[in-house]
Amino acid sequence: MDAFVPFAAIAASSLFILSLMWMSHPTTARRGVMAGQLGMALAIVGALVHHDVVDYDLIIIAMIAGTAVGVPMALLMPMTAIPQRTAISHAFGALAVGLIGAAEYYKHAHAEYAGTFVLWALMFEMILGFLTCTASVVAFGKLQELLPSKAIVFRGQRIVNAAVALGAVVIASMLALDPTQTWLFPLFVILVLLFGVLLVIPIGGADMPTVIALLNSYAGLAASAMGFALGNKLLIVAGALDGASGFILAVIMCKAMNRSFANVMFGGFGAVAAGAVGGKDDRVVRSASAEEAAMQLENAASVVVIPGYGMAVAQAQHKVSELYQALSKKGVDVKFAIHPVAGRMPGHMNVLLAEANVPYEQLVELDDINPEMPQIDVALIIGANDTINPAARDDPSSGIAGMPIIEADRARSVFVIKRSMSAGFAGVDNPIYYNANTQMLFGDAKEMVGAIAKELQGGGGGFH
Amino acid sequence: MTALNPDYLFVFILAAFLGLQLIKKVSPLLHSPLMSLTNAIAAVVIVGAIAITGEEGATPLAKTLGTIAVFCATVNLVSGFMITDRMLKMFKRKGS
Repeated sequence: MDAFVPFAAIAASSLFILSLMWMSHPTTARRGVMAGQLGMALAIVGALVHHDVVDYDLIIIAMIAGTAVGVPMALLMPMTAIPQRTAISHAFGALAVGLIGAAEYYKHAHAEYAGTFVLWALMFEMILGFLTCTASVVAFGKLQELLPSKAIVFRGQRIVNAAVALGAVVIASMLALDPTQTWLFPLFVILVLLFGVLLVIPIGGADMPTVIALLNSYAGLAASAMGFALGNKLLIVAGALDGASGFILAVIMCKAMNRSFANVMFGGFGAVAAGAVGGKDDRVVRSASAEEAAMQLENAASVVVIPGYGMAVAQAQHKVSELYQALSKKGVDVKFAIHPVAGRMPGHMNVLLAEANVPYEQLVELDDINPEMPQIDVALIIGANDTINPAARDDPSSGIAGMPIIEADRARSVFVIKRSMSAGFAGVDNPIYYNANTQMLFGDAKEMVGAIAKELQGGGGGFH
Repeated sequence: MTALNPDYLFVFILAAFLGLQLIKKVSPLLHSPLMSLTNAIAAVVIVGAIAITGEEGATPLAKTLGTIAVFCATVNLVSGFMITDRMLKMFKRKGS
């Protein structure tokens, strides 16, 4: 049977690569999942038939229990909770990596392994694994609103973080050089776990897309490091693919906010920018009713809907889809402009709108929609704020200066659905609300969109 | 293994570059399912957990840690693949 093992690993690696390749487009993506599952099945069979494995009881019990938890988790999870689920699954994956590392460490806690590569790789693997574990739990807590989603900052935070990180690295090095000092090991684990917590608490809710992507990358790199320690090429390949994926997503998120990694991780963004809100002024805000909005929307030739996290919070995606259907029926061209950082994880808005049966051809990216904006009759902003703030483009002193935005203000007229006049996550004043072509629709996103859709379905039709 | 085997580094570098190229091609539409898919794939660490739990002469500590790791990885891979597929099923074309 052992002859089968390396070939299973090669086949599994190839299937994982194909899986990502097919993931590039919605038409082939489900095939990608099939390939991934097949690869995983081969990898597991390869591990089970390996001659070293003699005792199957615990493995089978753990796999049945894991399936019993995993299946309901996948079937019952509402789509609005996808960011939380992703965060907690990073925690599970990273915990597995950390625990395997710990077991391997104890196996190698003999003087003969002192200073060997395998110990260094294990220490590196455990740092990534354990820190990703607690960091993901904190991210989960913030997304689930068990913890305040605001950045938590305190005096001397950076010094504390640096001290904890340094402590963990020093102890890891001591253990790698002298693995027999097993009493140090729990201390090492505690410091790394603590560092994971410290790393994420100063990061605010709107930066979660970047953080989740980064944790995804760490989880992958940890798996790769384990592959180095165990001499397993399959783990190296799968981990490198995962690490690359998280890394690219994190880069995309950072670019979409015109910020660096360092700024996201250590910026305490929400806390810093909050002071930037402009002074009181006599600028006029125009508000409109659902009827007036419905009338303008149905007389438009082209409408761009710009959803943000507010749409997810209000669970308004199904009402938004009704609005889309009603307008499409009347011959209005409706597109959805999706900012890369809209929501709480990469692609969050796309999943919600897809769930509500909006065809994916209607979802367009920022770079594609902006040149068309001046020809758009109505831009309808639903729960988005910073991602459409023209100050990012026009005001170099703004807290979000240089961030790419969806240029909703260039549309002929703009409707903004918003609960009140409070500032967005970045705490930056948004001049779009005061523009002459902007009308505010004050209210809950779900109710307001529902009211507009009702107008269009019921009373509408008389204006053409 | 007492020293770094350069073969492993070689494999890692190639896989990382391949990963970067592949992921760049993924439509931003699918970034959420992509993340849950790669997360499920990373659960392949289960092979390490299986080895630790089942190998001859495993200490009770190793068995305990390994069993928890097998459990965690199984949760991840089962829910990860299933929820990715659930998300992808929702992405429909116009008129379908």
